[in-house]
Amino acid sequence: MPQNDYIELHRKRYGYRFDYFEKARKKEARKVHKDALVAKKLRGIKAKIYNKKKYTEKINLKKTIRAHEQKDVKTVNKIHDENGLPSYLLERNENKRTKVLTNLLKQKRKNKVGKWDLPIPKVQALNEAEMLRVVKSGKRRKKTWKRLIDKVSFVGNNFTRKNPKFERYIRPSSLRFKRANVYHSELKTTLSLDIIGVKVNPQSNLYTQLGIITKGTIIEVNVSELGLVTQSGKVIWGKFAQVTNNPELDGCINATLLV
Amino acid sequence: LPPRFLAQDESVARDVQRLLVQFQDEGGQLLGSPFDVPVDITPDRLQLVCNALLAQEDPLPLAFFVHDAEIVSSLGKTLESQAVETEKVLDIIYQPQAVFRVRAVTRCTSSLDGHSEAVISVAFSPTGKYLASGSGDTTVRFWDLSTETPHFTCKGHRHWVLSISWSPDGKKLASGCKNGQILLWDPSTGKQVGRTLAGHSKWITGLSWEPFHANPECRYVASSSKDGTVRIWDTTAGRCERILTGHTQSVTCLRWGGDGLLYSASQDRTIKVWRAHDGVLCRTLQGHSHWVNTMALSTDYALRTGAFEPAEASVNAQDLQGSLQELKERALSRYNLVRGQGPERLVSGSDDFTLFLWSPAEDKKPLTRMTGHQALINQVLFSPDSRVVASASFDKSIKLWDGRTGKYLASLRGHVAAVYQIAWSADSRLLVSGSSDSTLKVWDVKAPKLAMDLPGHADEVYAVDWSPDGQRVASGGKDKCLRIWRR
Repeated sequence: MPQNDYIELHRKRYGYRFDYFEKARKKEARKVHKDALVAKKLRGIKAKIYNKKKYTEKINLKKTIRAHEQKDVKTVNKIHDENGLPSYLLERNENKRTKVLTNLLKQKRKNKVGKWDLPIPKVQALNEAEMLRVVKSGKRRKKTWKRLIDKVSFVGNNFTRKNPKFERYIRPSSLRFKRANVYHSELKTTLSLDIIGVKVNPQSNLYTQLGIITKGTIIEVNVSELGLVTQSGKVIWGKFAQVTNNPELDGCINATLLV
Repeated sequence: LPPRFLAQDESVARDVQRLLVQFQDEGGQLLGSPFDVPVDITPDRLQLVCNALLAQEDPLPLAFFVHDAEIVSSLGKTLESQAVETEKVLDIIYQPQAVFRVRAVTRCTSSLDGHSEAVISVAFSPTGKYLASGSGDTTVRFWDLSTETPHFTCKGHRHWVLSISWSPDGKKLASGCKNGQILLWDPSTGKQVGRTLAGHSKWITGLSWEPFHANPECRYVASSSKDGTVRIWDTTAGRCERILTGHTQSVTCLRWGGDGLLYSASQDRTIKVWRAHDGVLCRTLQGHSHWVNTMALSTDYALRTGAFEPAEASVNAQDLQGSLQELKERALSRYNLVRGQGPERLVSGSDDFTLFLWSPAEDKKPLTRMTGHQALINQVLFSPDSRVVASASFDKSIKLWDGRTGKYLASLRGHVAAVYQIAWSADSRLLVSGSSDSTLKVWDVKAPKLAMDLPGHADEVYAVDWSPDGQRVASGGKDKCLRIWRR
């Protein structure tokens, strides 16, 4: 374990050995065989621990492979148009959704839970230091129980701050937003819509409750200006959208409507 | 007064409850004065009374409605479900039905081959004398209806012929193609008339002629295109008279109204109302949340047939006789009859699964929003007497709505795939629909149910039309053959 970055310094100054990359590649290739030898020779408790570790790795690898295979294949066939199409069929595609299943049961379970088909399915996990900044308080500036939220947040219309003496999470008013630029994938337009609330923040429940909006957050937006109506005639005025940018870096919230 | 005596005869025999009724027409005008009738009076008796009050030479067939419910067997039965106040005068609304009756088509009399690619559009001339079809093989064909054989093949377009439209006097046919060109044809010789009207940059989505009663020479035709503009062409001079821009996306449908207003529906979710003679934008109707696919005017059928009266049709369709002035007056009187008291009504169908009923000459807010379909709406049509609106949708059903209020009436189910096009018979009693499942179905609108199933096409049916004299139905589709159906 290098104590300092002298290795990097040397590399910067003098570069790599001429055979460095080849040796590294070959070493990695040999590693597989070496591990196998080790696994064969291990006995007793060490073997058990090692085998258990390998087993969990194998399961995770299989899961990721299955996840890749279980694709929702949406084949968009252009309606066959060599012969001639009437004007109402021009520019219309037959959307055939074929679900390639490897595990029917898992799919059914997912549907029951109500997992959405999100534009950003997985989000980079952010650590607490990025989201919350420590604010020192007290006469001697030693107390560090207050946190300032570094990210964009949404507070409702009737939000009043708690008594500042007891406020643990501070949401700066400069980082509070009311509107989002929502992109509708079918109409191919972006509309500026009011935010009704923050539904889910994938980082943690705490951030959902605080109303913090980061990339990948599901928010509810007011779509009454689109004029959508259910079959029974009721007007839809709220729909979910997923945030697609980093609002604290851009100064605006861009989201995609989940249709 | 005759009605009183009639009623008194019966009530003497039986002790029947009597009600005070008054006849009222659709527009709200009262007819005669209130009088006494027994509660079990039948529609026939009511018809006698009403005809006597109307003092017409020939008795008209009438339908009677009480509180939006039709009187079928007797007045009493219809009122059973409703709370009747015997003190007040009951209003019975009478609706004159078409005097003539169109019979349902039952058999395919001929299957006309000739097109080498799919038949995209089919249209009968306003008198029903000629039949024209446009196809993907870039030709327009005229067909002789008396022998049911090909008449003329008109070559001139260089891409699929997407839309065809007859002039209201039946002397010219305008056809628009996928290259944006419009050609005019003479049905009696099959030759091109005038110059090619080029100007649009993308394909033509709709064509609409100026109404006959506005200009009996049928000089101007309007065309809408994917490039988002509407152009008004002068056919005698062969040039573009006016260009109406304003839509930001493709204009999907176009209608030239009888009041001098032009209506255009577009994929940018709006409908724009223009003044035809100077091209000024009057109104923008907003409300839809997705592309507006189709539109229909309440006076569509009257504008299409011009001076031709379907009731006077003969077995062999003839050209209209009379001077231009006479024909113009006839067309105007027919138009005013269908239009009624109020302004023209417009119905628009969209990809957002709903329809809107508008009164575009008055207000930019819709009258009603008609929901219920579960897939996009491909075509809406007013019935020729403008009382019913039929909407064909990709959810395999056709829905009927009241033409005045937009209230839902019935659903016609039977097709097993998307319904593409519909056509009304001239008496507004029958509806024919062509669908992606390669069948046509004839529906009886009064009892709303299926009257006739017409299989025969080998592939999807792209276009249907019912001739204005009511004798024939023509349909064409992907299987490249045009079928004519008769009784």
